[in-house]
Amino acid sequence: MARNKFAVLALSGLLLITLTQCFTNKKNEGQRLYEANCQSCHMEDGSGLRGVIPPIAGADYLDKHRDELACLIRHGIEGPITVNGIEYNQPMPGVETMREDQITNLLNYIQTNFGNNNPRYTMPEVEKMLEKCPPHRK
Amino acid sequence: MIRINKSAVKKYTLSLAAALCLGYFPACNHSEATEKTLPILGERQAVERVVDGKTVVDTLYHQVPDFAFVNQDSQRVTQQTFAGKIYVTDFFFTTCPTICPKMKSQMLRVYEQYKDEPNLVLLSHTIDPQHDTVAVLKDYAERLNVQTDKWQFVTGDKDSIYDVALKYMVTAMEDEQEAGGFVHSGAFVLVDENRRIRGIYDGTDPAQVDRLINDIPVLLKEKGNGQK
Repeated sequence: MARNKFAVLALSGLLLITLTQCFTNKKNEGQRLYEANCQSCHMEDGSGLRGVIPPIAGADYLDKHRDELACLIRHGIEGPITVNGIEYNQPMPGVETMREDQITNLLNYIQTNFGNNNPRYTMPEVEKMLEKCPPHRK
Repeated sequence: MIRINKSAVKKYTLSLAAALCLGYFPACNHSEATEKTLPILGERQAVERVVDGKTVVDTLYHQVPDFAFVNQDSQRVTQQTFAGKIYVTDFFFTTCPTICPKMKSQMLRVYEQYKDEPNLVLLSHTIDPQHDTVAVLKDYAERLNVQTDKWQFVTGDKDSIYDVALKYMVTAMEDEQEAGGFVHSGAFVLVDENRRIRGIYDGTDPAQVDRLINDIPVLLKEKGNGQK
């Protein structure tokens, strides 16, 4: 009897874990953040807009400026930047409300999708990068 | 046995003939079937006039009124600029954070497809003339690497731009609540040489832009026929 009780408890525990995993949908957070914040300018395929908005797909900038990207997402960028040898000069608004863990997920999504195959970030790494650019408002 | 076979053959021949007929007639009508025409959009009015004592009813179609803007090369752009041509027009602003980049990437598809077609021009109006000066539009067009005679970017008096947007049946207005400060539709409007609206497409939807790309030759052909 006690054995049975234990089995039921273990099973329902397992079920609960499975269900919550299903509904949190943490796994695709990077992609969802990209779709919500980046896609309208950088496009579904990360190709950007010819001459106006730099691409994310195959962009050398992602590797060359790896340590600046977290702050770039938080505060945006103004002024010219060069991506794959082409100069772009279109201001990008920052997303100040994005948390450290969200920025990490977004960066990892960008670095490993659209044909990109760059190393991923750890959260402490991103947190350290973000110390240089505290949010203007919390 | 033989009789049954005979009637079967007869049946077979008949149905073959019927099939051939059916196949033949659409083939005959082929040119007419592909002779697709585009609707004339907008309100229309019936106007009566008297000719030789008889009352004749003319249909007055919605027409885009005269306009005057300035393009990326500081040249005046009016309805005269598009005389004898058809054009595709839209409303955007260069700093738009929402749908414009997508619209522009789709408009580039139209541009690339028809850049050698002398009778088609693209016309993009800024709805933020305060920011999008001639110099800003020039820079934008140069970055897109497009030719002025093929793709006009125009700025001008704000009210005139918003008024003409309405005539193209496009929404465009200022709204502080909106991202970027303006609310506007992502429509691409196809206009014929009589400044009548012949198609409205969602410029953020590649499938609808495909339809526009397919409709352009239909309108060019109509224009060619009309001139004969």
